[in-house]
Amino acid sequence: MEPLVQKTLVTGSAEAKSSSRSPVSTGGGLRQYHGRQRLREGLIHAFLAVNGYLAIFLIALIFLFLFKEGFQALKTVQPLQWIGHKTLDFDGREVFRFIWQPLSSTPKYSLMPLLSGSFLVALPATLLSTVIGIGCGVYLAELASPRVRELLKPVVELLAGIPTVVIGFLALSVLASVVQSVFHTQFRLNAFVGALGVSLVIIPVIASMTEDALRAVPNELREASYGLGATRWETLSRVILPAGISGISASILLGMGRALGETMIVLMATGNAAVFTADIFSSVRTMTATIAAELGSAAQGSEVYYALFFVGSVLFTLTFLINLVSEIVVERMRRRLRL
Amino acid sequence: MNTAPAIAPQPDKIEVQSLDYFYGTEQALFGVSMDIPDKQVTAIIGPSGCGKSTLIKAINRIGEISNDIRIHGDVRLDGASVYGKSVNLVELRRRVGMVFQKPNPFPKSILENVLFGPKLHGVKDRDRLEEIAETSLHKAALWNEVKDKLNKSAMELSGGQQQRLCIARALAVDPEVLLMDEPCSALDPIGTARIEETIEVLKDQYCIVIVTHNMQQAARVSQSTAFFMKGKIIEYDDTEKIFTTPAEKLTEDYITGRFG
Repeated sequence: MEPLVQKTLVTGSAEAKSSSRSPVSTGGGLRQYHGRQRLREGLIHAFLAVNGYLAIFLIALIFLFLFKEGFQALKTVQPLQWIGHKTLDFDGREVFRFIWQPLSSTPKYSLMPLLSGSFLVALPATLLSTVIGIGCGVYLAELASPRVRELLKPVVELLAGIPTVVIGFLALSVLASVVQSVFHTQFRLNAFVGALGVSLVIIPVIASMTEDALRAVPNELREASYGLGATRWETLSRVILPAGISGISASILLGMGRALGETMIVLMATGNAAVFTADIFSSVRTMTATIAAELGSAAQGSEVYYALFFVGSVLFTLTFLINLVSEIVVERMRRRLRL
Repeated sequence: MNTAPAIAPQPDKIEVQSLDYFYGTEQALFGVSMDIPDKQVTAIIGPSGCGKSTLIKAINRIGEISNDIRIHGDVRLDGASVYGKSVNLVELRRRVGMVFQKPNPFPKSILENVLFGPKLHGVKDRDRLEEIAETSLHKAALWNEVKDKLNKSAMELSGGQQQRLCIARALAVDPEVLLMDEPCSALDPIGTARIEETIEVLKDQYCIVIVTHNMQQAARVSQSTAFFMKGKIIEYDDTEKIFTTPAEKLTEDYITGRFG
């Protein structure tokens, strides 16, 4: 067998390298094989290209569907209604209220409680995860010994892989009790508990992206810094972190996008009361939880149904913008460092 | 006949004393001893992987920042061991500056690059900083090209300019020794020529050790040359002697291009 392959290689040049599977005669067989090979290459190319474009196609489809349905809501619900509605209080004075009650006899579609709920969970979660995630990423990239890193990195990545329903369960049953006994909150399930739960999902995102950003900082810069007599901390704070700052900012934005989009944990842990509030210990309801909880029972084609799609469109736009900004930020860093 | 007493020979700036250097379990240098004089250029030549870079990285102890290393023997700077227990690495690296193989300016402005070291070591006075920046850039023969764009990013400079900026940056902390690890390997001939001119000017003020792949370069810029192979020093002598009448057969074979 060996000599045959050798011979083919010599006579048939490198193109016939893979010909050992089917016996090939030299001369005319070479041309025949060439055609078949070209066909195979073409098919593989086409298959991969289709898959590549499929992602774009699907996103466009989701985008279209969501906005088409969401747009329907604008036909019956007035712009001002998305913000709030006028009503009379007990003393007969006219007041403006922010209430989400799509199923009441006079449906109220204020997005304000949902937006406040989403941000009341996402912002503290992002803040907390930023501190812990960056600390973790910096430690992994710059300080941990290779042994420690090999142990720690998979564990952090494992955290990202825990099903969110499990984290939600944990937040609901354990975290909520801890928070209540520590802060003596009025409501056991509140935005803060949700934020803690969501943090568990975002910390690994920020940590691993921070680590990547710092590892992308060329080693030559570290050498240059140490070579000028900088200490470890000076090198980290004056060279490595500034060089990686774009990547780190991007990880924070991406983490925030994840926090806004997170559904299961907030559905389980925030108490689901659509209250327009700035109190972090109040029960809240996020946009995601609203859609998840109400869409199943909304009659298809009803005003509520379309209103929920409108909420989805708002959410999609928000997270899309955040992701876009983070992409731009990363691109800027790449250009700055000439990577 | 001039009967005046001979000028006392300059004491050697750096003494490498039977240095064995290990990366983990792999030995990179074997019993290297060499005395490097002050105020001249000493070149280190040899084939890839012969331990040239390891040797100069052992002098300012930069070799140990990303590797697990172990040594026997010693390196002395002005007679004091750089591997002693009480050595302050910050001070050592301020006194022993380094220019690396690939130009490695920080992604900051030209000015910030030059002043990185001085600021690190506590210079705060604005006038003083300005003065340091100007003299350092002058010494590195870069001032005229960048004086109008000091606040532009260093990444916008050409490779050769970046390397001279790195030289200026190293000089800004007022070192005594300048280590250069193949400083021209990433540059074109014009950039290389400019760096060599710079070295020529600097050699009267500093102890310069240059590692180079390019034998013509060693012949052009240095006064002494050490030839390394497989982690051992094969021959160390005046540059002229090494390139005209080397004592060792291996040296001759290498500089005449029979291998390497």
